[in-house]
Formats: sequence, C-alpha cells, structure tokens
Amino acid sequence: MSESVDTFGRRLHYLNADFGVKSWLLTRDHKRIALLYLISITIFFALGGLMAVGIRLELATPQGDLVQPDTYNRLFTMHGVLMIFFFLIPSIPAVLGNFLIPLMIGAKDLAFPKLNLASWYIYNIAGFFTLWAVAQGGVDTGWTFYTPYSTTYSNSYVIATALGVFISGFSSILTAVNFIVTIHRMRAPGLTWFRLPLFIWAHYATSLVIILGTPVIAVTILMVAAERLLHIGIFDPALGGDPVLFQHLFWFYSHPAVYIMILPSMGVVSELIAAFTRKRIFGYKFIAGASVAIAVLGFLVWGHHMFLSSQSVYAGMVFSVLSMLVAVPSAIKVFNWIATMYKGSVSWDTPMLYAMGFIGLFTIGGLTGVMLATLGIDIHVHDTYFVVAHFHYVMVGGAIMGYLGGLHFWWPKMTGRLYPVFWSKFAAIIIFVGFNLTFFPQFLLGYLGMPRRYHVYPADFQVLNVMSSAGATVLGVGYLIPLVYFVWSMRYGKRADRNPWGAIGLEWNTGSPPPQHNFHEIPTVDWDAYGYLPDTPAGTGESWGIAVPTQRQDRTQDDG
Amino acid sequence: MADTHAPGLQHHFDSYEQQQEASFFGMWVFLATEVLFFGGLFCVYLIYRTANPVAFAAGSRELDILLGGINTAVLIGSSLTMALAVHAAQVGKHKMIAIWMALTGILGGTFLGIKAVEYSHKIHEGHFPGPHFVWHGPEVNVEMFFNIYFMMTGLHALHMIIGMGIMLVLIPLAWKGRFTPDSHNYIEGFGLYWHFVDIVWIFLFPLLYLLGVTSHV
Amino acid sequence: MSEHVTSITTYLVIFFALLVLTGVTVGVAYVDLGPLNDVVAMAIAVFKASLVVLFFMHVKNSRRMTKITVVSSLFWLLILFGLTLSDYWTRGFLG
Repeated sequence: MSESVDTFGRRLHYLNADFGVKSWLLTRDHKRIALLYLISITIFFALGGLMAVGIRLELATPQGDLVQPDTYNRLFTMHGVLMIFFFLIPSIPAVLGNFLIPLMIGAKDLAFPKLNLASWYIYNIAGFFTLWAVAQGGVDTGWTFYTPYSTTYSNSYVIATALGVFISGFSSILTAVNFIVTIHRMRAPGLTWFRLPLFIWAHYATSLVIILGTPVIAVTILMVAAERLLHIGIFDPALGGDPVLFQHLFWFYSHPAVYIMILPSMGVVSELIAAFTRKRIFGYKFIAGASVAIAVLGFLVWGHHMFLSSQSVYAGMVFSVLSMLVAVPSAIKVFNWIATMYKGSVSWDTPMLYAMGFIGLFTIGGLTGVMLATLGIDIHVHDTYFVVAHFHYVMVGGAIMGYLGGLHFWWPKMTGRLYPVFWSKFAAIIIFVGFNLTFFPQFLLGYLGMPRRYHVYPADFQVLNVMSSAGATVLGVGYLIPLVYFVWSMRYGKRADRNPWGAIGLEWNTGSPPPQHNFHEIPTVDWDAYGYLPDTPAGTGESWGIAVPTQRQDRTQDDG
Repeated sequence: MADTHAPGLQHHFDSYEQQQEASFFGMWVFLATEVLFFGGLFCVYLIYRTANPVAFAAGSRELDILLGGINTAVLIGSSLTMALAVHAAQVGKHKMIAIWMALTGILGGTFLGIKAVEYSHKIHEGHFPGPHFVWHGPEVNVEMFFNIYFMMTGLHALHMIIGMGIMLVLIPLAWKGRFTPDSHNYIEGFGLYWHFVDIVWIFLFPLLYLLGVTSHV
Repeated sequence: MSEHVTSITTYLVIFFALLVLTGVTVGVAYVDLGPLNDVVAMAIAVFKASLVVLFFMHVKNSRRMTKITVVSSLFWLLILFGLTLSDYWTRGFLG
C-alpha cells in the first residue's frame, strides 16, 4: 500500500491533487462534486432560512404590521420551495451520499461521473430560475402550486418558479440513476448486499423514490405551465377538468418526497448509532428492509393530504389505513436503534448528540403523523399549525438533524480537519433547544385552531407565537455556529487521522482526505458491516493490508 | 491512470463488461422515469375520458386515421432501422451504424413532418385549445380532448426531436469508427431510448385516433 | 464479448408482425364491439409494446435486473392509476 506524495513530500489527496477554479468546475471526482453541492446547498438553506426569519418576525405580533399579506404569502411560499426542492431533497444524497457511496462500497467513483457533474450544474440552473422569480417578486401559491389558483388567479411568478422546480427534478433524477447503478454494479469484490452499510441501503431506497416519483411531478408542472402560459385548461372545471386531479398527481410525488428527505437521514443515524455505541447494529436486515418498505409504502398514502378536498370518503379511508402502515417500518427502525444502544458503550460525541436528537424529534414528528392520518383528527386540525409543527418535526427535527449529524461525523474525512469539540456540542444543544422552542408551541397553536398561512391572528395566540419566534432566533444562532467553526476548521482545525472515531467502514480505511481515486488498492470485503463486538472479528481488513483502528483520535484542538 | 486502460474504457471501471452493464442499466432506470413521466399524462387521459366519453369520441373523430396510421408504420420502421444500427455496432460494421442511424433519422423526420401537417390542419380548424378554440358540434368539453391530444403528442414529438438531436452527434462519430463491438454503449443506449419513444406512440395511436370510430354515445 | 446478438431475421419478423398488428388494430376499430373495442385496442397495443421491449430492446436476453426494472416501472404506473381511480370510482357512492 503506497501513498502518493507531491514534490514536497506531502501526502497527495483529492483536495491537493489539482488546483485552480477549472479543476473544480470541470471535475468529475464525486468528492469534489459533493463539496460543490455543499456550497450551493448551504446558500439555498441560508436563503430559505431568511424567508423563515421574515415569517417569524411578522408572527411575533397579532397584527400584520411588518409585511403586506401578499408579501407574507410570497415569504412562506418561497421558504417552502427553497427549503424543500433546493435544500432538503438534495441535502444528504447530493453531499454526503455523493461523497460516501463510492467510498463505502469500495469504488473509484460513481458509475457516471459526467452525469454527476451535470446534475450539479442543472441544480444551479434550476436554482437560478427560482431566484430570478424571487427577484421579480416571488410566487404566492404555497409550495404546493394548487390549481386553479396557480393556473388562473395568481399574479405572481408561477411559471419561473415551477420551471425551477421542474429543472431541479432532472438533477435529482440524474443523481438517483447514478446511485442505483453504482450500488448495483460497482461494489467491491465480496461486498454482498447484506454486508452493505445501512447508509447505502437508505440511499438505494431514496433513489427508488426519486426515480419513480419525480417524473410525475415533472409532467404535472408542465401541465400547470401550459395551462397558465397557453390557457390550455387542463385542470379547469369549465372544460370538464378537475383541480383535484392536480392534487392527486402532485402528491403522488410530493408525499414520497417526504421519504426522499427522511430516508437518507435515517441511513446517517444508523451509521452514527453503530459507531458511537461500538456495537453491531441491532436488526440489520430489518432496518435495511424497512428502508425499502418505506420507499414502497410511501407511494400508497398520498391521499391523506386530500381528506378535505372533494376526494371520495372511501378513498380517504383506504389512504388513512395505508398511511398508518408506514408507521410500522419507521417504528422498526427507531426500536432497533434504541436496542442497539442498550448495553452499548455510548459516547456522547457531537454526531451522536444529533443522532439522539433525531430519534426523539422524529418520533414526535412520526407519531403526530399517525394522528394526522386519522380521518377524524385530520378534519379538526387540517391546515392548522398542528400540521406545520408535524412536518417541521420530521423535516427539521429529522432530516436536518441527520444531515448535521452526518456532516459532523464525516467532516474529518471530507476535509481532513477536526472541528472544536466544545463549540460543536454547544451548537448541537442550542439547535435542539431552539428547535423545540420554535415548533412545540405550534402544536398547541394548531390544536387551538390557528390556521396556517395567515399573517394575522387573534391576540389570544400571541404568547405561543412569541415563544415560537424566540425559539426561531435561538435555532438560527444554532445553525450559524457550525457554519463558523466548519469554515474555521478548514484552515485552523487539527489534522484528522484516517479514522478519528475508531469507526468501522471502508471509508475509514482510506486517508483523510481520501486520495483522488479513493483507494490505492480496491479492497476485497470478507466481513459484515459494523463488526464492533469482540466476538465478531470482522473488519480487520487484513486482506488488503490495513488493520481497522479501534483507537479514537484525541480531538482537542492544540494548534490554532 | 488512463494509459494503463484500454481505449474507450473509463478509469473507474474494471472491464468493458462492467462499463457496458452499468450503462445499459442506467438507461433502463432512466426509461423507468420516462414511463412514469408519460404515465402522468395517461392518468389524466384516463380520468378525463371516463368523465367525458362523448367529447373524447367527438374530438377523436376529427383526427385523421390515415395519417396517424402511416405515422405508426413510419415509426415502427424507424425502430427497425435503429435495431439494425445496433446490430451493425455489435458485429463491428461501423459505417453501417451510421447509415442505419441516418435512415432512422430520416424516418423520424418523416414522422415529425406528417405530425406538423396534422397540427397545422387542427390549428387551422380552430382546434388548438385555448381562447381561440372553436367547436360547432353539440358536444361539450371537446376542448379537453384537444388539450390532452396536444399535450401528449407534443411531448412525444419533443422526445423525438431530442432523439434526433442526439443522432446528429452520434452519426458522425459512428462513421469515424468511434464505436467498436466492445464499446458502443451510446448506440445501444440511444437505441433503447428510441424504441421507448416508439412504444409511447403505439399506445397513443389507438387511444387518440381510434377511440371514436364506432362510438355511438 | 458475451453480449447476445439478435439475428436480422428476428428483427424483420418482429417488424412485419408490428405492421400487421397496426393494421389489425385499425381494422378492429371499425367493428362495433361496444366497450370491448377499448379492451381489444389496448390488448393489441400491449402485445406490440411487448414485442418491441422483448426483441428490439433485447429484454428477452437481458439480465434479471433489467426485467425487474421494466416490471417495477409498470407496477408503479398501476399504483398511480389504481389509487387515483379509487377516488374517482367511489365518489358517487354516497349518492
């Protein structure tokens, strides 16, 4: 096993193998593309967050004293569009998935490196369209683009925004095709399906959802655009059309899209729990199977968004029962994670804090989801802040917690640097507290009857709304801290070992940062994933000359 | 890195076989997204035709079965020539790849030409949906049929135009001998796409052109 | 190369079969079968599409994974149609 070095004797890796703007913008290296995605996604997250700041500021008082109602409509719409299509959907797959899938399966790159780069450019073009719409004045239909408002009545920039969403779909489809083919065809010798890390299983299931769901919303958006642009009334009741059909097609994608956002996060959490309890994950096959089950069941439940449309009551009953079924594989995962921690040697490193946060918040988000799937309750709390709180517990409490946990776990691998221990734990706790302060009061508000998407509310609701806005401030600060120390660490952070956590997995068996082609020698895998227990001597990796270290690196910052 | 590898084999693959399998599988997964893309349209067709059977039959009778039938034959012919181009690639006759693909392109162009004639007739008769739509018969909601007709055939035609654009790139490469029996993934992958577009038309033709012939409702 | 090469004869046979079936589907459309017209037209279309998929697109001689991909895309199409119809077909039940 030979390390390549440059003329000064420094170890060569993917970050210093080549320099200059061109070497980044024309790169086909999945690791560099992951970093490009990281930058783009962070920008869109910040913009989406900015919209949220506007929303929470307005809601600090019962009167509409900060923005006009119309502006408010645009704020929450753009918040939703940016966060869902430009942050949550690409976040974990395009950054962590892109970086880690080839490393975890012992491949030199994804199957289609050029398509991978193309997907980043397409994502940015899509983002440009959407931002252009924002600059023009934004869109006010809600991120759901419901007809006939979006096609006929809205005076905002529906087509530009919808086009942005349409184009971003191509970017996720290309990423998903790449992942599926890579996972099928590029695994290292000996790496069978049931030896794969659960992160890979989660991304495989996510890619399935993207492949089978995204095209339907693409064609639906085209129909909306045609209706708006050419006055072809496809969803127009005056011509025998049905606006509810739009909702069917929209939610055929957009409900499974929830699983596009949460499944990768579940994959990250599986990795974190195993690494920080130093145990083989409990019920490996059940967690792997649960990912695929969620992907499939996720397509059978979309009608629960339409209980109060003109959808048939009987269809509503079917969708209600099917929706509750999704809770089964989700609960299997949560129970298995907890069972893994039982009698494990749990260490409270930053990524583990996020994983714990994920489990708690996702459980609340998931259980309130079961409540909402119940027809009777949904009729009561439909379109209230209860729903808003529910999906933020899943999306922010679940998906973003997983994303941040994963980022903190693999940051030393991605950049070769460690970040400050104290500040990262501090930020994790701040985010958890801020999140709950923001969104728990919204459950109460919704239950008391405060509808979503209004910029004024009765004075009775003010206390809870002020709590929520205060929490949002804390949450915002919590998100800024990692931004600061991550950037700081790239220059001043202590250099990371090849395996600072003493974790098991092929990605930890190569350098930090990894060499340009990931491995100097492609490993032959003869061990199962997560061989942490002494009675499972898996992961020695001796067949290719590297012993898996079980020592953890001292992560206190001494230089800088 | 690349110099230790055989020509046409990308660095991250171990063998031509792995590269080829990855490329075909990728194409099939992409076609699965295409199935669902057109699937959304077929779903709209299904719901609206069930709701408006009379209007759909009346609208369908306005279409020219002869032109639609000829176009079906033309497209099937282009699928044959495309299959023969792939065959030429497999057996290593690189000039024949270019010739068969050029023929495929000509047939595709013929299809689009006939389609354009049909479109101009419909637009001339005021059957293009929108504010200027004209319908003199007693049936209501016929415009919805034409909404769907133009949406479906339009997106199908767009797929053909994209396909012909890709052909313009591939034909010169094939002529110059870029594709060998070991490495011709672009040709085979493109062939899969072209056949898929043909299949969509195989369904569109009866659903749009033939449904009203005997309809008495 | 282990790739299966389909013979030109097979391609020609399939081509003529597709042409004949196109003629049949047009012919049958002129015979009044009531609601069966749609069923027959769709059956012929499915058969034609199968010929294209199996022979022109080589699925007959391809790996199992390709077949699974084809089948699952059709299965998801059925989910889309089926659950959407579950709404439209039962809307009138309440009268």
